[in-house]
Amino acid sequence: MNAPGTMARRDFLSVVAFAGSGLVLGVHVPTRRRDGAPDAPGAEFAPNAFVRVATDGTVTVVIGYSEMGQGILTALPMLVAEELEVDPATIRFEQGPAADEYKNPLFGLQATGGSSTVRGMWEPMRRAGAAAREMLLAAAAARWSVPRSDLVAANGTVTHGSSGRRASYGSLTQAASKQTVPTDVALKPASAWKVLGRRMKRLDSLPKVTGRAQFGLDVRVPGMLVAVVARCPVFGGRATHFEATAARAVPGVRHVVESPSGVAVVADGYWAALKGREALSVTWDEGATAAQSSDAIRARWVQLAQQPGITARHEGQGADALAAAARRLDAVYEAPYLAHATMEPMNCTARVTAGAVEVWAPTQFQGVNKQLAAQIAGVPESAVQIHTTLLGGGFGRRAEQDFLVEAVSISKAVGAPVKVVYSREDDIQHDFYRPAVYNVLAAGLDAAGNPVAWTHRSVSSSILARFFPQMFHDGKDENAYEGAADIPYAIPNIHVDWIRDEPGVPVGFWRSVGSSHTAWVKESFLDEIAAASHTDPLELRRRLLGASHSPSAPRLLGALNAAAERAGWGTAPPAGRARGLAVHESFGSFVAEVAEVSLGGDGTPVVHRVVCAVDCGQIVNPLTIEAQMQSAIVYGLSAALHGAITIDKGRVVQTNFNDYAPLRMAEMPRVEVFIVPSTEGPGGVGEPGTPPIAPAVCNALFALTGKRVRRLPIRPEDLQG
Amino acid sequence: MPTYTLTVNGRRRAVTAAADTPLLWVLRESLGMTGTKFGCGGGFCGACMVHLDGAAVHSCQVPVADAAHHRVTTIEGLSEAGTHPVQRAWIEEDVVQCGYCQSGQIMSAAALLAGKPHPSDADIDAAMNGNICRCGTYQRLRAAIHRAAGDAPAARGGQ
Repeated sequence: MNAPGTMARRDFLSVVAFAGSGLVLGVHVPTRRRDGAPDAPGAEFAPNAFVRVATDGTVTVVIGYSEMGQGILTALPMLVAEELEVDPATIRFEQGPAADEYKNPLFGLQATGGSSTVRGMWEPMRRAGAAAREMLLAAAAARWSVPRSDLVAANGTVTHGSSGRRASYGSLTQAASKQTVPTDVALKPASAWKVLGRRMKRLDSLPKVTGRAQFGLDVRVPGMLVAVVARCPVFGGRATHFEATAARAVPGVRHVVESPSGVAVVADGYWAALKGREALSVTWDEGATAAQSSDAIRARWVQLAQQPGITARHEGQGADALAAAARRLDAVYEAPYLAHATMEPMNCTARVTAGAVEVWAPTQFQGVNKQLAAQIAGVPESAVQIHTTLLGGGFGRRAEQDFLVEAVSISKAVGAPVKVVYSREDDIQHDFYRPAVYNVLAAGLDAAGNPVAWTHRSVSSSILARFFPQMFHDGKDENAYEGAADIPYAIPNIHVDWIRDEPGVPVGFWRSVGSSHTAWVKESFLDEIAAASHTDPLELRRRLLGASHSPSAPRLLGALNAAAERAGWGTAPPAGRARGLAVHESFGSFVAEVAEVSLGGDGTPVVHRVVCAVDCGQIVNPLTIEAQMQSAIVYGLSAALHGAITIDKGRVVQTNFNDYAPLRMAEMPRVEVFIVPSTEGPGGVGEPGTPPIAPAVCNALFALTGKRVRRLPIRPEDLQG
Repeated sequence: MPTYTLTVNGRRRAVTAAADTPLLWVLRESLGMTGTKFGCGGGFCGACMVHLDGAAVHSCQVPVADAAHHRVTTIEGLSEAGTHPVQRAWIEEDVVQCGYCQSGQIMSAAALLAGKPHPSDADIDAAMNGNICRCGTYQRLRAAIHRAAGDAPAARGGQ
């Protein structure tokens, strides 16, 4: 394939190359800036998707994003199939390289995160399919000397209506390649969709149920060694000395070398490397945070929260309105650090040779992988190849670069291909954690119990300051208070501020990012207002959304009403149970959840049923959306019921799935998902199901026990009288 | 290092490994059978489930020396083409997401059904509670087990 960049840049659609075997199409769309404004005239146009039709009719979609369970290997072919008029089940997919062509137009990066892939590729993938279809039709029209309008494309075949002549797409590819690329292809209206909106089973199931699917850990490269790294147990510490004689004596151990994060034991296989690491003796300079603890961090945040922070939102009189209110409510909400704990531990394989680097990685951020690998190896980016494997879960963790830095550095040091493997303990203790957050809230109610003032101050660390410093301006990190600053309820006086503190625990993107904690705080405290004013929690939200000027309010209300109705809100729950609800917007989607809970014999909460209503705009595949809502609910429920990373002596206390416990089968509630019909553009699907579950469960527990959960995870003792 | 003769999916295979090497790593690295997954190394997550003489075991907890005299079945041996009833049910119920834990889930489910052809929900809870899925596929997984048993699938969620 020729480099697409060699084509005329102003072409909206271009044929980028004519492979001998068929038609190759690239779609060029202007990269939108983050603020949504189009690029300035003359700015570069980034092609970002490719469709191939081979002479045997096989359609291949090249995907430059990462499949981590969310279903894009099914969704993107469906988008192409809709316009190309082929059966989506016959489409093959190919993982694209790290290349500018695959930058997501939503944010101009080759990355998979922020529930962005379908949102970004919704139009480009359909345009790619439509352009290919029009060129195939034009080729048939020319061949048969008939008007284009007399031809129909369906099921990979062009048919001439009156004569019944037929030609397969494969037989038309050569001629189609010579057709002019349409510059203004109309996309089918929603009323004509045959594929989009269909309950379509995943295209990647078979390899995943037979063990053939290749994840990062399954990569094998000739001559490859396996590295296990001894990292300083305290964040920010470093190795000052190591004694490797015993480690080198372990059969199978080949090298013990320094790596950017510690000392790497490199062996023929994982077990030898692990035993070598056990035999290794490292002296650490544990650095400035060696005495730190979660309790000490909390104590500092209690003090810090007494001072004003950076203003994230100010409406009306803000906090001043509290004094004038008839009644005041105060609460402190505390959320812990959380690990991602993907099922596949972190890993990365690299082969550094003279002048080139090859990387095989389960990664969410190919664009930066490539830059960093080039820097470390001292080669130009053009000499770096990134192979994206399947991801055994991502959840934001695989947007980080630690595993890549180690693999490339160690391969370079030992002169052989190296796969770096994290043990589960390494994975949990060397994560980039969902930030812990300390929240101080106050509400002012008028004499009738209506909220007239709302203040929310939070203390936490910044993800953006480290991860995207170019997006961290004026001390503001929108990810820290997203979902809090944009509280959609009609409250005349609002003040939301944020205090940044960096105790040295690395923080990163975790499924639904800021909303993973702000939704819990916002929806729980709103429930406190409902209880204080003796108002039904659904009625209060209806009233405050009904009167809201937020453009999101109608869709939040729609999701809320749908979930409440299906959950039987207002009817008596089964004996011994209670219901709670929450609604939240994130990643362009609107999700309401109603949880039905009871207490088990030992006083632990049991979640029996979750009704979820999601308005995610126009949809690709209901089966995927239902799966992602279930998935996001389980992820949030795992955290709400069990999840906490705590720090002691500067170290992460938790080690493995025994003390960092995800939800298991026996705890799985029945989840019912309702998709709210919508004609809006598509919203995200991977993350928006997570934020409402913790508050829905906590609000249900309040309804059941009268006890308000103000720190996570939920502790049975916090529910006792 | 000693050499062991293993019977994996009906084939005899000779491997040289330290005696304490877990069966998991012998399968994955010595034999190149990567369908069996590494999840935790502590027997907590079930990603590494294989059958030892028909019983589901954590291959990360079985030293190769202890596996030598037993029949080992891995996901690759369940059926190559994905035609085992459990695999077919998994596809029908659209269970998988990232897919990483599913080899282990399928091996646990196959062992459950071999001993209990029509498991109740409580049987499923008990048999599958050792298998973690961070994608949260539990609801469809349960439905797929009922389907593989030929029983009415449990509610799948959605409309």
